[in-house]
Parts: sequence; C-alpha cells; structure tokens
Amino acid sequence: MTEHTKYLVVGSSHAALEAVTAIRMHDAEGSLTLLTRDPHLPYSPTVLPYVVSGRFAPDGIFLRDEKFFARLGVQLKRGTALKALHAERNAAELADGSEIAYEKILLATGASPAIPPIPGLDQVSYHVLRTLDDATKLNAAIKNSKQAVVLGAGLVGMHAAENLVKAGAKVTIVEMAKQLTDGYFDAIAAGLIEKAFTDNGATILTGSRVVKLAPSAVGAMLTLENGTTLEADLLLVATGVRPNMDYLAGSAVEHDRGILVSDSMQTSVPNVWSAGDCAQAKGFFTDDKVMNAILPDATEQGRIAGMAMAGDPGLKQYPGGVPLNTYHFFGRHAISVGSSRVPEGGEMVTRFDEASGRYLKAIFSADNRLTGIYGVNEFFDGGVMCQLILRRIDLSPVKQRFLAEPMKVGREIMSKTWR
Amino acid sequence: MANFGGAYNTIAFDANKCDGCGDCMTACATAKVGVGDTARSRIQIVGSADDGFELALCRQCADPKCVTVCPAAALTKNYASGVIDWNGDKCVDCLLCTVGCAYAGIALDAGTGHVAKCDTCDGAPACVPACPHDALTYVTTSRIYNEVGDWEDLFAPGLAGCQGCNTELLMRHTLRRVGPETVLATPPGCVPGMGSVGFNGTTGTKIPVFHPLLTNTAAMLAGIKRQYKRVGREVNALAIAGDGGASDVGFQSLSGAAERNEQILFMVVDNEGYMNTGMQRSSCTPYGAWTSTTPIGKGSGGMPAQGKTQDAKNLPLIMVNHRCEYVATASTAYMEDLYDKLDRAIQASKRGFAYLHVYSPCTTGWRFPTDQNMEVARKAVETNFVMLWEYNRTDGLRFTRPVDDPLPVTEYLKAMGRFRHLSPDQISHIQAKVVENLAFVKQMAHRQSA
Repeated sequence: MTEHTKYLVVGSSHAALEAVTAIRMHDAEGSLTLLTRDPHLPYSPTVLPYVVSGRFAPDGIFLRDEKFFARLGVQLKRGTALKALHAERNAAELADGSEIAYEKILLATGASPAIPPIPGLDQVSYHVLRTLDDATKLNAAIKNSKQAVVLGAGLVGMHAAENLVKAGAKVTIVEMAKQLTDGYFDAIAAGLIEKAFTDNGATILTGSRVVKLAPSAVGAMLTLENGTTLEADLLLVATGVRPNMDYLAGSAVEHDRGILVSDSMQTSVPNVWSAGDCAQAKGFFTDDKVMNAILPDATEQGRIAGMAMAGDPGLKQYPGGVPLNTYHFFGRHAISVGSSRVPEGGEMVTRFDEASGRYLKAIFSADNRLTGIYGVNEFFDGGVMCQLILRRIDLSPVKQRFLAEPMKVGREIMSKTWR
Repeated sequence: MANFGGAYNTIAFDANKCDGCGDCMTACATAKVGVGDTARSRIQIVGSADDGFELALCRQCADPKCVTVCPAAALTKNYASGVIDWNGDKCVDCLLCTVGCAYAGIALDAGTGHVAKCDTCDGAPACVPACPHDALTYVTTSRIYNEVGDWEDLFAPGLAGCQGCNTELLMRHTLRRVGPETVLATPPGCVPGMGSVGFNGTTGTKIPVFHPLLTNTAAMLAGIKRQYKRVGREVNALAIAGDGGASDVGFQSLSGAAERNEQILFMVVDNEGYMNTGMQRSSCTPYGAWTSTTPIGKGSGGMPAQGKTQDAKNLPLIMVNHRCEYVATASTAYMEDLYDKLDRAIQASKRGFAYLHVYSPCTTGWRFPTDQNMEVARKAVETNFVMLWEYNRTDGLRFTRPVDDPLPVTEYLKAMGRFRHLSPDQISHIQAKVVENLAFVKQMAHRQSA
C-alpha cells in the first residue's frame, strides 16, 4: 500500500529543517514526512571537520533529536534515499522500492563530492568528506597518517588539511587554481591563509594538477602535471561538490547545474519545491540563476520553501543569493560577504597591514552602495554587512569612516535603519 | 517547540536618555570577562553626541537567525528564559552566527577567540543598574502577560474602541483577572461604546453585563450584589465607569455605596472628560485643557476662551475620605503596579467597597498620536501630574511609585494637543497645582501612616 503524506521533505540538513519549522509555523496538523538517505539524525556538513579532528564524537553534532520530530508530528524516515520522482502523479519512489504519495514535496537533497576524472583514481583508496560516516572514517585514518595529500583547496579541503596538520601528519595540499580558497577569498587573503598553513608545516602546491594516480606501498602515488610525484598514505578528494539530483532522471523538473527554482523556491513542476545546496536560484547580483551552496542561504531558501508549501501569507520572495563565507584557520578568521566582482564604474578599496595580518577589502557600486566586503583578522558583523548590501544603502556620507572602522560604522547604520 | 505567544523579560533602551558615557559597557565587560575593556562588552553603545546614541545588543529574537545558521547546535533559544544560550563546548568558532545576525547581537570577542553575546546575566543584567541615566531598564512585566494569557478572555474578540486607546487593555486584563463569576455594570461612556453592552441582542462580554444610568450605577450594582448574596451565590460585582459618570451625575450613588461599604469593586477609567459623546468637559478635566465645551478662541465679554478655567476634582482622594476598604490610583504605563492593585481591590471588594481609579489618556480627545498612549500615561506619572498610591484603613495612604525627581509638567503638557494653546501663566498655574497636589497627598500619606 502506498503511504500518503501532505508534505514530503527530502533531506535533513539546514534547508530541510528550516522548511519543516516553517511548515509547522503555519500548518500544525498536516501530515509531514522527512525522508533522508542518511542513517543518522540531522547534522550539518559544515561541522564535519570537527568530527575529523576528534573535537566532537560522532553523536555530538546532531541538530535535532527524535523528540523534536515527535513534538512536531513529523514522521522521520532515515536511511532511505529518494530514487525517482514521479511528479506527474505526485509520487516519490524510494530506494527500498516503496512509494510515498505526496501533496507537496521539497527536494533539499544537498550535494555530494564531485570526483574529478583523474586516471587511476578508481584504483586507489581515497576519502571524501560530506557525510558523518565519511568523517568517522577519516577520523580513524588521520591517527595513522604520516603523509597526507588533500586534493582541492576549498573550505572543506582546507579544514580537513588543518586537522591533519594538527594531528601530526605531513600534509600537502594540491590545488588546480593559482591560489587557495579560490572563489571564496582573493589573492591577498589566500596569501595570509597559505602562510598560516606553511608556518604550521603544510606544503601548498597551487596551480598544480594531478594527472595520474596509482596504488603504492603506503597507499597512493600521485603524478603531477609537471612530472613530480607525491606519495600519500591518506588521500582526501575535496575538489568541490555536485548537487544530488539523479532522481530527477525522466521527470519534467527543469534543472541545469542544480534544480532551477523561482523566487519562492518552486520548481518548473507543480507541487515540487527545492532549496539548499541542490537548488539553483536567482543571485542577488545577477538575475541569472546561480549555485550559492552556503549554509545561510540554505536556511533562507528552506524557510521560503516551507512557507510557500504551507501557503503562509507572510512569505517574502527570495531576494537573491548573496555569497557569505566565514573561515576559521589556525586561530585566525576570514569573512567574506557579497560579490568580489567590481561593478561597472564601481570601486575596490583595500587596506592591508602586513605586520598584523589585518586585511580589509571593500567593493562599492558606482553610486556608493556596498557590493562586497572581505576581511582577514578584521572582524566586522557579517550580518550587518549583508543588510547593507541587500538594502542597497547609500554609503556616500560615511564611506571613509566606513573603510576605517567597518564594524563601528556598520553598527551605527544598523541601529538607525533597521533596528 | 516555541513558546508561541509567550513573553519574556527584556532589556529596554531609551536612546533619548543615553549620553554615551559607556558605564553599561564597562559593567558588562567587568561582569563577563573580569576587566572593564568596553570593546569586550556584549552591549555596545554606538553613535555620537551629535547624532545620538544607539545600541547593538542581542535582541534574543523569537525566531533567531543565529540559531538556524549554527552548524554545531551551539546556539539554542531557551524557551523558559527567552534567552538565546551559547554553549561554548559545542561552538566551533565558525562565526556563521555573526553573519546570520542582522543586529550585531553576537560578535567575536578578540580576548577569547570565541563569539560572545548577551545572556541577560541570568535575569539580573549588570548593565542596567550601571546606567546613571536610566536609559537601560530591565522590563519584567512578561510575568503578568504570561499569567494572564492563560486565563480566559471574557471580552468580545473585536471591539469599537478608538485606535490607540488603552481601555481595551484594561477591559481584557480586568475581566480576565476577576474571572467568569462576575456581574459587570458599565454605565454610558467609552466602555459600553467599545462594545461591552454588545451588538444585535448579544453582549460583548462572556459574563452578565448591564447598562445602568449614569446616575445609578453604584446603586444598581449594590442591589444586584445583595440579591446574589441573598440566594447564596458568590459573585464579583464590578463596575467599569468613566470619570464623567462617576464624578458628576453618578457621584451621589457612588458616594452612597461607598458609605454603606457595599461589597463591590468600582473601577473608574479616567480620561478626563466625556470623550465618548464628543469630548465635553467633566469635573475631572484638568485646568487649561481644551474640550468641546471649554473651547479656545475669542470668547465673549472680553474674556478670551483658553480651555477649562477650573481645576480638576480629585475623585480618588474624595473616595479615601469615605474610608473605603481599598482605594488606589493606577496607570497602564505601570502594569505591575496596576496588577498588584487590581488583586488587592478584588480581595477588598469581598469585604466591602473597593475603588480603583485608572488614568486613561485619550488619543482622540486629548489629541496625541495613536502610538503614544503609554508614553503619555508614563509622562503623567513622571511629572507627578498624577500620582500612584493606594489606601486602606489599616495602613493608610502610601505612594506605590514615588517620583522624587519629577520632570517639569511641560514634558507632559507638550505631549498632546489639548494643552497646545496654554499661556505661560496657565502653565505656571498647572505646575503650581502639581506641587500643591503632591504636598497634599504627601501630607495625607504621612498623617495616615503615622
């Protein structure tokens, strides 16, 4: 017999959890099922590096417990993936062969590691880091690692590399791009990050590409483009993620790099919504649909999707994704809010104090609206900066003061404008 | 799950009183990190003397973004205290909460390398007593709200009051407090006008309500109470009347019921005039106030019309002179005080006559913006234009909220339009009257407690 549910939420991380809360804010009764391929209670992929480091026991990271779902009248189905979406008849086919008939479905299925097509990669054993089970395995391996290689210098790879360094391994980070954390931070910030890593004994190979892998006595032998070879007893592949949306095969749901959604997170097909790392929604700086796979945006999108599904009249349309990243490395921190692109006629201002390592970069539009701000060891309130961007607040009268003291001036504007 | 509709204690900030001294920040940093380094305070005063001072402080949001973006479940909304708790054992220092919060309510403490936020010092915030200008207050009225919210609302869901009127608050709170075993008398005035007597043959309350004449409210209610006693049923007999009805034509029956010590609770909602029927003056209208019968203009016989030419009758003091079981004045700007008095008045009405006089600023008749009712009510108390006190035969009269350092009465007068025309002489008269009234009540308090 086919199970029936009013709301079917697929996924169990930030977007899905926010959607559940938003649905229950408006519809306390409607049957609600949360389906996740993960066998565990909900957790955030963002916190997994701390399971790798041993800071948290695997059962210490859960965002919600069974009681939460019981209290909200949510049926929680763990360890079962969505296999195929039959949107034409409002049915979800699960990996175990069963079906759930839904009235409304949210696809918040997140992403999985993107595995680069390097010859020989399938011949060696390697780690990825996206799920709790990945983290548990990596945590066990890290203790015995003497020489580790991390492929990819995005935030996941960098976090894991730091933990490997701290665990005492000799770590090499290999990155195709010319700098670390490309796409998150600029060259000066990346230089500060690189220095922190090399000071702590890591080797950084940027602008490098692995062309071949082969099994070796300790684990894997990597050959780089320039012919040098590296040996790894622990190999972590962290070269980015791709959305989980294989279940859309054969369905009419439009997708591109991710699942295409409207400003209320609705897909091209009735009764189907999507949010979080698998969704491709409007960007704030462009009307094109972009991937903005970051945690704050996942919560925002999940909230909107849940409200839309429940018919909450309080729904506000998605303003477009603003990139937001924070990165904590060796006791230092980097924050980026907004776009790194300088708009036409706009201006980029930087301030760098080499002695203290304090770095600030602010980008303004031609009419003195903030479009991006980046800081290393320069704390400012990212949430306030994001509001300055979203609200397109004219900073002409305070621009110089703002550059000198972004935190203070940001707070002043906040307290006068949206307090 | 969320404590929907619940209220919490909160730190309130009055920007007008802040001079940016930073004492709150020193106190916070001292309490939280042991040193008075204001940069490490969780309360941050920003701005300048020219531009005014403002506040960056955790708002303890009901729907907190910092909590939703925390990947480690280190931040949680505590539904008992209302505070967003930070758990240092779980925090991974990712700073995502600082990106989530639009109010700079959680920020990096460079001294520890962790984020830090206000936790209201477990209900005794160090910043509040440190403020030398009372710009910070810790508002604890949530207790009343939560308690009363659990009781049944005995008034109709919709009503016909003017926008911004505090009488709805008074009606709903009072009825909830007295409960369903009550008979209510509402003589002509704003309270029936708002809908207590009902529409289309049904009452506006879930308790029996009747509509006596202005002249016989206390007498009718006393009779009803006696009849219930005769048949052996315990009910609360409650009148909610306007100042006009009580102090003018209804006064003889009010005075008579008080003199006979009838077991009723008589509440007067004093908006200082006949506001329901077109804003005519009553004997409670203060000197100088504009009403439709004390107009402003050329006047006649060479006498310019400048508002009311007589001082107000002090009805609650007259009631004290009936030696009632209980007499008190109250204001909706001071709900905790009002609540304590309501409780005592209900108890007293089981023994004899209880009288509660509540000041009720009238947005329509006094001419002030509809969002200013509580502010006007507060200014009346802060200037000693009205005084909050209570009386019983055993303890005499005592101030419940003495104002030792009152604001000039002009602070109150300028908050509304009905005093806009006042001449300096008239203002002097009113200020002198405030001083005289205060001295008189003080003398009474002294004499009766001696």
